Amino acid sequence: MKDLTFTTLIAVFEEIFGRGLFWAMVVAAVVITAAYLYVLVRDRSMSMRKFLLAQLSMPLGAIAAVLFVQLITNSGFSDIGGPIDLIVLLGVASLGAVGIAVLVYTLQSLIRSRTG
Amino acid sequence: MTQSAFAPSRRIFLGLAASGMAAAAWSGPVRAAPVKTSARVVIIGAGAGGTALVNRLIDRLDGASITIIDPSEKHLYQPGLSLVAAGLKPASYTESRTTDWLPGGITYINKAAAGIDPETRRVTTSGGQAVDYDFLVVAPGLVLDHDAIEGFSLDLVGSNGIGALYAGPEYAARTWQAASKYTEEGGVGIFTRPATEMKCAGAPLKHTFLIDDIARTAGNAGKTEIIYAANNQSLFGVPIVSEKVRMLFENRGITPAYSHVLKSIEPGSQRATFATPDGDTELEYDYLHVIPPQRAPDVIRQSGLSWADKWTDQGWVEVDRQTLRHLRYPEIFALGDVAGVPKGKTAASVKWQVPVVEDHLVAAIAGTEGTATYNGYTSCPLITRVGRAMLIEFDYQNNLTPSFPGIIAPMEELWISWLMKEVALKATYNAMLRGKA
Repeated sequence: MKDLTFTTLIAVFEEIFGRGLFWAMVVAAVVITAAYLYVLVRDRSMSMRKFLLAQLSMPLGAIAAVLFVQLITNSGFSDIGGPIDLIVLLGVASLGAVGIAVLVYTLQSLIRSRTG
Repeated sequence: MTQSAFAPSRRIFLGLAASGMAAAAWSGPVRAAPVKTSARVVIIGAGAGGTALVNRLIDRLDGASITIIDPSEKHLYQPGLSLVAAGLKPASYTESRTTDWLPGGITYINKAAAGIDPETRRVTTSGGQAVDYDFLVVAPGLVLDHDAIEGFSLDLVGSNGIGALYAGPEYAARTWQAASKYTEEGGVGIFTRPATEMKCAGAPLKHTFLIDDIARTAGNAGKTEIIYAANNQSLFGVPIVSEKVRMLFENRGITPAYSHVLKSIEPGSQRATFATPDGDTELEYDYLHVIPPQRAPDVIRQSGLSWADKWTDQGWVEVDRQTLRHLRYPEIFALGDVAGVPKGKTAASVKWQVPVVEDHLVAAIAGTEGTATYNGYTSCPLITRVGRAMLIEFDYQNNLTPSFPGIIAPMEELWISWLMKEVALKATYNAMLRGKA
């Protein structure tokens, strides 16, 4: 890639998802992360019970993320051709796992009281 | 309740929030101030090159009169045609409106350039309008010389076992009609390429690999006999890639027919004649993929801008291979397919060429010398099956120039390279058109 800068990446992502959807997703990610940090600061501790449920949801998030990528592309598990492909697959799965864990933890904290 | 050791303070939270905002506010390198000028810049062609360039010039020049001339109301995302011809994307995937990509503050003439007079610095359009220039960029693309294949006409595409994906979105879709029938019924499939310079020399290989893969997946590999008719003794212009393709072909049971250049067809009896070093040879086919000879448009060839001693049957523009500046008319540049440089007829080449032309053009207007050079970079996500590709990048010297050395192996069939082709490439292309990549 020539001039692979931060602005180029933003421009490419805008084109992949459409400008509106991309920035909506960025805002959603920022809001969820901020809410997660908010409940951590508010509660001054991590609730291990909430964290357990968040951890249990991680495999679901991982599988969902991988299936989503395969769904929007003409490809499947049999197309894994080298180490980098495995790394990409695990990366996608990790993102899905961490994403859903943060989401589940935050939602529990926001919905239930701070007693958790 | 379990008490965790992790107990963040409000200060940490605020610190994180602040650093996030700082990252978001950072917006990349700062551009130089625009050059004030009253220069008249004319760009012939609003394809990948012309459009990307005009969107960059608009930010670099203040007060210039910029005119872009293109007869087509449709802009084509040509790297998508291979996917259309394999039934993976609809024809509409490659089409948009030319005007969707053009900036305000320029003049767009929706006509063809009919004449260029480099001595008086004047372009005339098919509408009879005369446009004078101080600087000219020729980026009209190339023409497909279908008439050079005797017995072939575009009406045949889609039936009679004939495909021709280069001819445009509609023909790429019709190519898939003929090709999909072949993947079900089998027989002899012949995949050709011309002996001239051509757009994306990887595309004939991609089509071969894709149709073989689709037949294979459908369980019909036993019914197909696939022949790849190469124009010379190699399968790809870069020797190391040619050798890799030879191995893949052997592995897949695809037979190379070296130095077989398609000359004529008899659609009724489904026979094709090839010119070979030993004279003409006739082959029967059930599916034939035709890619005709490719040449510079007549307006270029008649303008005296072409090389006099190279590619004389094709007429590419005589430019310096590093700067893309015309060797006899320094106020003229060529961009994209029409440029008379080895290799470089791909959208990826255009992406590398545009900043070079921009640099030298803006410098010339400012009265200085540009410094950017084009090294012949070309990239080809060489699809080897649905779901895998090899990300092949190379330069004038046939060196491999991987963008991600040690991470994405150029000669390996990888899923990530396919994802790039299917997901990221069109987005990158669109960003390039907007002048942002």
